[in-house]
Amino acid sequence: MNDLSPDRDDRIANLKGLGCSRKRVEDARFTQGKGNYVDDIKMPGMLHGDFVRSPYAHARVVSINIDAAMALDGVVAVLTAKDLEPLGLHWMPTLAGDKQMVLADGKVLFQGQEVAYVVARDRYVAADAVELVEVDYEELPVIVDPFKALEPGATVLREDLEGQTSGAHGERRHPNHIFLWEEGDKAATEAVLDEAEVVAEETIYYHRTHPCPLETCGCVASMDKVNGKLTLYGTFQAPHVVRTVASLLSGIEEHNIRVVSPDIGGGFGNKVGVYPGYVCSIVASIVTGKPVKWVEDRMENLMATAFARDYWMKGRISATKEGKITGLHCHVTADHGAFDACADPTKFPAGFFHICTGSYDIPVAYVGVDGVYTNKAPGGVAYRCSFRVTEAAYFIERMIEVLAQELNMDAAELRRINFIRKDQFPYHSALGWEYDSGDYHTAWDKALTAVNYDGLRAEQAERVEAFKRGETRKLMGIGLSFFTEIVGAGPVKNCDILGMGMFDSCEIRIHPTGSATARLGTISQGQGHATTFAQILASEIGISADSITIEEGDTDTAPYGLGTYGSRSTPVAGAATALAGRKIRAKAQMIAAYLLEVHDNDVEFDVDRFVVKGAPERFKTMKEIAYAAYNQAIPGLEPGLEAVSYYDPPNMTYPFGAYICVMDLDVDTGQTEIRQVYALDDCGTRINPMVIEGQVHGGLTEAYAIAMGQEIAYDEMGNCKTGTLMDFFLPTAVETPHYTTDFTETPSPHHPIGAKGVGESPNVGGVPMFSNAVHDAFRAFGLRQSHMPHDHWRIWRIAEGLGLHG
Amino acid sequence: MIPAAFEYYRPESLQDALSLLQTHGDDARVMAGGHSLIPMMKLRMAEVPHLIDLQAIADLRGIRVDGDTVSIGAMVTQHEVIESTDLLRAAPILREAALQIADPQVRYMGTIGGNVANGDPGNDMPGIMQCLGAEFSLIGPDGTRTVAARNFFEAAYMTARTDEEILTRITFPAHAGGFAYEKQKRKIGDYATAAAAVLLTKEGGTCATASIAMTNLSDVPVWSEAAAAALDGTACDSGAIAKAMAAMDGDIDPGEDNRGPVAFKRHVAGITLSRAITRAWSRA
Repeated sequence: MNDLSPDRDDRIANLKGLGCSRKRVEDARFTQGKGNYVDDIKMPGMLHGDFVRSPYAHARVVSINIDAAMALDGVVAVLTAKDLEPLGLHWMPTLAGDKQMVLADGKVLFQGQEVAYVVARDRYVAADAVELVEVDYEELPVIVDPFKALEPGATVLREDLEGQTSGAHGERRHPNHIFLWEEGDKAATEAVLDEAEVVAEETIYYHRTHPCPLETCGCVASMDKVNGKLTLYGTFQAPHVVRTVASLLSGIEEHNIRVVSPDIGGGFGNKVGVYPGYVCSIVASIVTGKPVKWVEDRMENLMATAFARDYWMKGRISATKEGKITGLHCHVTADHGAFDACADPTKFPAGFFHICTGSYDIPVAYVGVDGVYTNKAPGGVAYRCSFRVTEAAYFIERMIEVLAQELNMDAAELRRINFIRKDQFPYHSALGWEYDSGDYHTAWDKALTAVNYDGLRAEQAERVEAFKRGETRKLMGIGLSFFTEIVGAGPVKNCDILGMGMFDSCEIRIHPTGSATARLGTISQGQGHATTFAQILASEIGISADSITIEEGDTDTAPYGLGTYGSRSTPVAGAATALAGRKIRAKAQMIAAYLLEVHDNDVEFDVDRFVVKGAPERFKTMKEIAYAAYNQAIPGLEPGLEAVSYYDPPNMTYPFGAYICVMDLDVDTGQTEIRQVYALDDCGTRINPMVIEGQVHGGLTEAYAIAMGQEIAYDEMGNCKTGTLMDFFLPTAVETPHYTTDFTETPSPHHPIGAKGVGESPNVGGVPMFSNAVHDAFRAFGLRQSHMPHDHWRIWRIAEGLGLHG
Repeated sequence: MIPAAFEYYRPESLQDALSLLQTHGDDARVMAGGHSLIPMMKLRMAEVPHLIDLQAIADLRGIRVDGDTVSIGAMVTQHEVIESTDLLRAAPILREAALQIADPQVRYMGTIGGNVANGDPGNDMPGIMQCLGAEFSLIGPDGTRTVAARNFFEAAYMTARTDEEILTRITFPAHAGGFAYEKQKRKIGDYATAAAAVLLTKEGGTCATASIAMTNLSDVPVWSEAAAAALDGTACDSGAIAKAMAAMDGDIDPGEDNRGPVAFKRHVAGITLSRAITRAWSRA
């Protein structure tokens, strides 16, 4: 009776489910300029906000005169800390247990800090009025070096904390000290290091940089005084968290707040936190009763909105003479700037930095992180990585190279003999993690073979000889990196943000005609959720991905979730999606059995239908089942076909990868050329290979930028020297290397579909790969460590220091 | 990044532009492609209440090659320089240099006149023009005059052009022989870390004439007569190049910035010059 029914392979293909390189459904609007970003939102009567910002890195604010600004036609209000103080909003809590000035309260602590907020009829008047606000500053001594900040007698930066000897994360031993956070067995580690046959010691600096999303941060706040509802459109990576925080800060009940993240032009951790612009816009809208828009410009974004990294990592690693690693000791001095506004799960002031034993079976380890205040912008966000994981990966992958030098060993071989073996998973690391699954040796061997590693080493040796003979001025570096990510925060018992457990959610509604809408607690900023989550669901419920709409980002409709960052969408919300899908399928099974007049257990799911076991010609498609769910009275079953799942993951997931690049480097000019990049990623089950490849390309490009030139730099006066894209390196298509991607597939044993997350892996693995290539090029001449970014003059300085300029 | 309010003018003749300049005095500035001035206005580092856009003035356009004389209108874009087959024959160094300026989008708007008249030491054309021995035609309330490119640049953003004058044309002799514009930059769109313009001619296996100018290694472009003299009569061998590099090093005065410290810039300036000479010699 079903001769026209397509065969099974066609039915699978029609689903466009797991494993399908389905084209991104988002791109139709983005490639046509039809996206709807925050700055595209225009509301009747909307006012515009703009900030007066501090030109000084540390100064007392003696007085603020707003008279001239207020006299300008079109200016509605100028807010200062004095206006916010009665509301208790002149300071706000940070995600890291500190507090942060919303507007300068008596002093400024970094260049670009928000001092006053101008509200005006249009964007132009607001900018003119900013010029007219007169602020009288009295300059104070500036500290930009975190080590100097901790010296006895150093200028106290946070006078508001004076006398407080403990903070959110324990004891503060100096007025500029924020916390010391420790993990592992210090005494045992030191004992191993003291007795070790070989110890390599090095300080590795991961410089300050910035996520720099193409779309800067901004919002439109709209307080409806008639119905008491506040609507907040904004560039939020975690809209529900923003709703809760906005409710707690403003006193407006949470059901009266609607937070909407529209299309977002890249986040990379920059859009996780709450910024003064949001608070001031909400206050301004409440005061004026009109919508207020604030969108920062590029310089404001680079200078004042959350930075990333800035970790000074002092490491000691010990091994036997044969190269078996015996212990790892790490002390970090973390420059947090003026306020501790790190966006980490609240109990983890250094994020997941203690993944710093990497992919290696290291029996004992210790890590201690000192957080320090300086006169720099606050932040410390996870720039396309899980929390502080790129710092950890860079640290261990540099230490491995340094140890290889100490041992006079090949760095690829040193990695191989120390990898956690496949049979050791689930693996408990010395610093407390349980790695879910991995097969590092297989991935490494595949990578080394793919690039012809031995051939490259032979070529490199010849190059060194030719260089020594004066036949070339170019050296060749082979950049190795093997990384283990830790993503998918996280188990609610460990991970929360301001007390909110880091679960995530999915709600599915199957419509009577057999299409579906699913809403999630996450929010895409370019990851392609509308494409990939529909694929997860398609495979689970047998409805084509093309017939499933994914919605995110509107707190009035989406189920509560903790948002998108730290590669958590697939591990957490992706799991919720699969499990909600299974609830749909369970009910569909009962409906199918009823329709087919058999027992529930006598039907089984087959791609897009339920079939009677042993009689595949008797079936009901999901489309038929959906229709019946709404139109047929089925004894014992409620009408409808909907499900919701809130997923608390039992563990993180641990994606990993093997990256290798080849770099040619001109010792005279410091210029580099990336000849080849090979990136093998294992992110468990692959949902959409094309989207994965796109993610890897993007992440590698950011990694290339960070390693080779991108930085936020300050002079001694605390002036930010890299506030524009002239000096802050964003690669164009011209600078971007070509990439070869590859994969192995080791599913996560605890994730419903075995997926691990991939978006951030290439940043985590890419930075050490590029940096190691630079170091490797100079290894034959004795270079141990040279800090990133490896821009032209710094590479030239390496060559100069090694006497290679004759 | 919002400029202060300004009045915008788009005169269609030089006379109209000049009278606007006279009317508004210090409050007025002329704009060519705008790729330097508009960002300065957005940063509020330049306040220009009266902005006079020169786009519509036909007299400022056009590339003419008349015998050995090349004349380029101030409003000729870098893109037009690149596309001009006349220029490719008469002064191929211009195409090589223009292709290293910014990116295609900027080159569609950015002009050769704006590039030299702004007096930005980071710009590439000032050094090229000194290397070519160009003359700049200026028109002002008192008529026209010409200033040699080698005398035009006084300090960063300070030139021999007075506020009432407009640069109209650039004239220089067609060049023969070898040429090269070698530029090191951090990325597309960046100014030079160091750049070298080299023109030279070969007679009987030795260098007959040479002209050398360096970009972004002082607050003005550096035309180094001493460096060129070091090549005269030589076969541009490594010894001669080393002497030219040393002579050039005495003429430049780089400052430290995000591109690197002074020692690095001096080193790269030398390497850049040596590569430019080698390439120019190979083409001579």
